[in-house]
Amino acid sequence: MNWQWFHRLGSPRWFYEKTDAWIIWLMILAWGLLLIGAVWGLGFAPMDAKQKDSYRILYIHAPVAFISMACYYLMAIAGAVGLIWKMKLPYMVMKSAAPIGFAFTLIVLATGSIWGRPTWGTWWEWDGRMTSYLVLSFLYLGIIALQNAFQSRDTADKASAILALVGTVNIPIIYKSVDWWYTLHQPATLKLIGKSTIHPSMLYPLFTMIVGMYVFFTLALILYTRTEILRRESKAQWVKDLALDISSKGDLSKGSLPKGNLPKEENA
Amino acid sequence: MKFQFESLDAFITMGGHGANVWASYILVYGILIYLTISPLLAKKALLKQQKKLLQLQKKSQDANL
Repeated sequence: MNWQWFHRLGSPRWFYEKTDAWIIWLMILAWGLLLIGAVWGLGFAPMDAKQKDSYRILYIHAPVAFISMACYYLMAIAGAVGLIWKMKLPYMVMKSAAPIGFAFTLIVLATGSIWGRPTWGTWWEWDGRMTSYLVLSFLYLGIIALQNAFQSRDTADKASAILALVGTVNIPIIYKSVDWWYTLHQPATLKLIGKSTIHPSMLYPLFTMIVGMYVFFTLALILYTRTEILRRESKAQWVKDLALDISSKGDLSKGSLPKGNLPKEENA
Repeated sequence: MKFQFESLDAFITMGGHGANVWASYILVYGILIYLTISPLLAKKALLKQQKKLLQLQKKSQDANL
C-alpha cells in the first residue's frame, strides 16, 4: 500500500502550502453563513411560545456547543496520532485546537448563563450539564498550561496528548448528562437518531449557523496551525525564505510560500 | 418568511429580552473576530521577527569577513 499521502499529511510545509489558497474561501463561506444565520435567527425565525424571544440565543449557543465538543475529540485524535506515529503536524494541530476549544467552551458557559437567567431564574446551577461543561473548560486550560509548563517541546506535546486522551471520557458525560441526572437543561432537541423536536422554521436558521460554525472552526484551526508551524519550523530554510521573500515585498499578511518542490520527507 | 417584529424598537428590545440576546451575540461575534484576527497578527509578528534575526545574522557574518 502506498503511504505517501499519509507522510505528506504529516509534513508541516505541505500543510502550510496547501491551505494557503483555502483561507480566503473559508473566510467568505464562514462569515457569510454566520451572518445569514444570525439575521435569520434574530429577525425571521418565529418566536418561541414558552421562552419568547430569549430562545434566539439558541442560534449561537447550540452550534458553539457542538464545536466545543467536536474540537476536543479532534484534539485528542491529533494527540493520539502524534503519540503513535511520532508526527510533528498532529501535535501542532493539537496545540492550536486548545485555545479555540477553550474560547468556544467559554462562549457556551457565558451564553448558557445569560440564557438561563430569564429562563430558569438563575445564572448558574451545579447540575450535570453545566458542571461537566465547566470540567471541559478546565481540560482545555490544562492542555494550554501543559504546553507552557515544559521546556522540552516533545515532553509538552506528549503530556498534552495524554491529558487530551484521558479527558475524552468527559464528552459522553456532557452529552448524556441531561438524561442521566435531573437537570435544568432541556433534553436534546436535535437528534441524530429519531425525530428532532424543533419546528423546521426554527431548524433551518439553526442548521445554517451549525454549518457556518463548523466552517469557521476549520478556518480558525488552519490559521492557528499555520502560525504554530512557522513558530516551530523557524529554523527551517523554507521559513527563512518565506520571511525574507514576504518582507521584501512588504506583504506580511498573506504569507504565501515561494513556489518550489516539496522535500520528499519532512516528517522526521 | 417575514420579519417577526413590528418595528426596529421591538426588534431591539425583543419583549424585554433584548439585553440578554444582544449581549450574547456581541460576545460571540467579538470572540469569533478575535479568533480570526489574532493568528494573522501573530504570524505577521513572527515573520517580522524572523526577518530581523536573519538580517542581524547576515550583518554579523559580513562583519566577521
